[in-house]
Amino acid sequence: MSTDTLVDYDQVLTRYEPVIGLETHVELGTASKMFCGCSTTFGAEPNTQTCPVCLGLPGSLPVANAMAIESTIRIGLALGCRIATWSRFARKNYFYPDIPKGFQTTQYDEPLCTAGHLDVEVDGETYRVEIERVHLEEDTGKNLHVGGATGRIHGADHSLIDYNRAGIPLVEIVTRPIPGAGAKAPEVAKAYVTELREILLALGVSEVRMEQGNLRCDVNTSLAPIGSLEWGTRTETKNVNSLRSVERAVRFEMRRQAALLDEGTRILQETRHFHEDTGTTSPGRSKEEATDYRYFPEPDLVPVAPDEEWVAKLAAMLPELPAARRSRLSDEWGITPTEMAWLVNAGAVELVSDTVAAGASPSDARKWWLGELARRANDAGTDLSDLAVTPAQVAELIGLISAGTINDQLARQALDGVLAGEGGPAAVVEARGLAVMGDSDELVAAVDAAIEANPDVAEKVRGGKVQAIGALVGAVMKTTRGKADAATVKRMLEERLTAS
Amino acid sequence: MSTSFTSMTVSELQAALADGATSADVTRTYLDRIEAEDGVLGAYLHVDPEAALERAAAVDASGKAGTGLAGIPVALKDVVVTEGIPTTSGSRILEGWKPPYDATVAARLAAAGTVLLGKTNMDEFAMGSSTENSAYGVTRNPWNPERIPGGSSGGSSAAVAGGLAPWAIGTDTGGSIRQPAALTGLVGHKPTYGSVSRYGLIAFSSSLDQAGPMARTVLDAALLHEAIGGHDPLDSTSIDVPVPVLAECARRGAEGDLSGLKVGVVRELGGQGHTDGYEQGVLDRFTEAVALLESMGAEVREVSCPAFDLALPAYYLIAPSEASSNLSRFDGVRYGLRVGDDGNHDLDEVMALTREQGFGAEVKRRIILGTYALSSGYYEAYYGQAQKVRTLISRDFSAAYADVDVLVSPTTPTVAFPLGSRVDDPVAMYAADLCTLPASLAGVPAISVPCGLSDGLPVGFQVMAPALADERCYQVAAALEAAQDAARGSRFLDQLPRRDAEPVGGAA
Repeated sequence: MSTDTLVDYDQVLTRYEPVIGLETHVELGTASKMFCGCSTTFGAEPNTQTCPVCLGLPGSLPVANAMAIESTIRIGLALGCRIATWSRFARKNYFYPDIPKGFQTTQYDEPLCTAGHLDVEVDGETYRVEIERVHLEEDTGKNLHVGGATGRIHGADHSLIDYNRAGIPLVEIVTRPIPGAGAKAPEVAKAYVTELREILLALGVSEVRMEQGNLRCDVNTSLAPIGSLEWGTRTETKNVNSLRSVERAVRFEMRRQAALLDEGTRILQETRHFHEDTGTTSPGRSKEEATDYRYFPEPDLVPVAPDEEWVAKLAAMLPELPAARRSRLSDEWGITPTEMAWLVNAGAVELVSDTVAAGASPSDARKWWLGELARRANDAGTDLSDLAVTPAQVAELIGLISAGTINDQLARQALDGVLAGEGGPAAVVEARGLAVMGDSDELVAAVDAAIEANPDVAEKVRGGKVQAIGALVGAVMKTTRGKADAATVKRMLEERLTAS
Repeated sequence: MSTSFTSMTVSELQAALADGATSADVTRTYLDRIEAEDGVLGAYLHVDPEAALERAAAVDASGKAGTGLAGIPVALKDVVVTEGIPTTSGSRILEGWKPPYDATVAARLAAAGTVLLGKTNMDEFAMGSSTENSAYGVTRNPWNPERIPGGSSGGSSAAVAGGLAPWAIGTDTGGSIRQPAALTGLVGHKPTYGSVSRYGLIAFSSSLDQAGPMARTVLDAALLHEAIGGHDPLDSTSIDVPVPVLAECARRGAEGDLSGLKVGVVRELGGQGHTDGYEQGVLDRFTEAVALLESMGAEVREVSCPAFDLALPAYYLIAPSEASSNLSRFDGVRYGLRVGDDGNHDLDEVMALTREQGFGAEVKRRIILGTYALSSGYYEAYYGQAQKVRTLISRDFSAAYADVDVLVSPTTPTVAFPLGSRVDDPVAMYAADLCTLPASLAGVPAISVPCGLSDGLPVGFQVMAPALADERCYQVAAALEAAQDAARGSRFLDQLPRRDAEPVGGAA
């Protein structure tokens, strides 16, 4: 796909200073679309969630979704933005089949929120990302180009358009250029999107599922020779749709641009596409001239003038934001910032917090979510939060272990049952008969049988080779299929073999 | 009986229906008249006699005919979207399109029990002043079939004046209700911007478009306006105020007492030093009408609104700018015409070919004009500057209304001009809207009411009022209408040569 020569990453940084910038699009989780009453539910049959307004039929008119405006203002407040007292929608005019009106209704020079910031942490160092603007617009439809090799419109046999997505409220969050991150630029980019995602989740304004396109990033990257007073020409990489890809895209662009600059080639200011599979970027459709979108104020909508008192009320009602929450939880759980960072990276902060709230100790909760459950999620290729087990169930499982009803090994079997949809941990333990065997007849019989079946080993133990008892414990555990408590079995064996 | 239905006012039709006539009778009479006359007039683009008669019969069966507007036929300009009924906005690009929904105006009229006769011809996308820009042929003026019926609502004006509909809905962006009403001897009112829903009107210029009534009398216009007016949650620019009481104001105005009313005559619209392009006959009828208002007790003074001189250039930047964006949706992808989809053309080419063949010359001219005016680097000089002029015009209105209750002017500088006489001269065509543009740009209400004939053709008198004071337009227009009818001893339209027995234009 890409025949670009690349410079080793470490080499890039000996000669160049990167500047990055991010434009993030967030689909809001409102029940209805931005300018009509159509549902926004993901995954419906194509073109079933449409009406004259979101299809842009002649004569139809938009009515702005008040909840979307409120969500945008709340995002702005969470990012420390100035909230406009007067804001307008604008039309961005261009032809493409997925925009039904021939223009996108967006905001231009009068956005809802401006001048905010977001502090992100990478390896214990804090970087301040300045937010230029947060504005509200509508999403486009989705194209499916059929019959071509690339999935692009060029070479396609025909194209299908799904307008279910057309008109879903979209918030665009634009950073100012971020200089000074140096070698950490790719990680700062990723950390910014990660933190932004956490904030959006805390606000409850979007599901922020990157794989469903709820959160989409365009990443700007430029390089300038170290010591230069001017920034270099930037490229805009689109289609960066996972946290990991954000980091990879910046890294790739830095290495690609450095190679060009090394040989004296000018960087083209262009749009590039990111490819998940190869981690590379390729040029977008070449444009001989810049598109003139002919922005002008949308005459079909009235200006939005958020009442100051209302904005103050929204600010007062903001939930605890992730950074403050993490700091509080770190204190409560007695963990270090680094340990907290692991939880953040695993997407486990809320899960652990909920598990603790359901009665588990912080250390047990962390152990399970970062250990066994993280492994399960990894094996299944899903996020932790998508596992079919709730924090309350994890707490219940931990409770069963603490009570001695099951051991860790049985708990893993109980988890199998929970994930398989067999019910809660207690129910699975009951149904699968997973409870640890007490000093029961069955266990006595199993112990006796093990001694009988392994006379040589028993004799060694009796003769003082105490460590040989492990083989007998193993035999008992095997016949009881792990339901016995190893410590109990060992004690019972010792009683029998040392008393005689 | 049946011939007289077509020359009755709607108030008279209501009485006839209440008196035992059926909506089916009334509707059939109009349909017969359309059948006989419309071949020459060309007022309608779409008529479905069966549907109209079925609807009329249903209203009769409901027993509601004669109450309110139930059972009264109506015609809609083809810019009004109607569910399941072809809607073209006079353009080839929408040929065959059957909308899946009703405009609010159409829905309200249907809910009131009116019977839709058909959809009327218009300049393509309402761009024009003569209805010669329709993709589907010209419409002729019932007063003289060699003359234009005005535009862009020329199909509606010809239908109502010619007895092919008792009244009709028009839309007005820069004068498209008032100018055709003036040129065909009708009453036409452009409501306050935002007081009648735009939902379902195929947009020309969103910040200017308004639907309104076109009727044979001021009272009829008021009745139709009341039926379509009022807040609509589907239109964000709709004003949330109660539907104004207009018919009552028209009745009171007809009593002829205007004492205490302060009337401002706008100097810049045909007054001293501003008579270029105005016909003497028009100015004479206007002067006589002003004198008539004075004789009824109105206090008349001259008012100067200097920014009105800039209305025409400002309008021809703002309206085309918005139109260039509004018409972008016609790309051949989802509905209407599609040209070149033969496997040999790519997407951009199909869009270009569709628009090339689907739009007429005037529409293209305005799209190009508007695209240019909005372009980066030119925006401030053109669109931005035009918006500033618009503010100045609004200020002139506000200043004037501090001193007077209404402003008056001729509705048009000339009477109906001959077909074809201005088609090659857009600037001359644009001048037909000289007097109507200021009220459009300021969003204030304005009515045109007949004020006599010049060269045997109707002259219109325009009354403009402050925003949301539409009732003043009706009051003054009704007073003028009543005084003139009394002096003449007949209604204005009774002067129209009767053509009941033969087709328009004699042996056509």
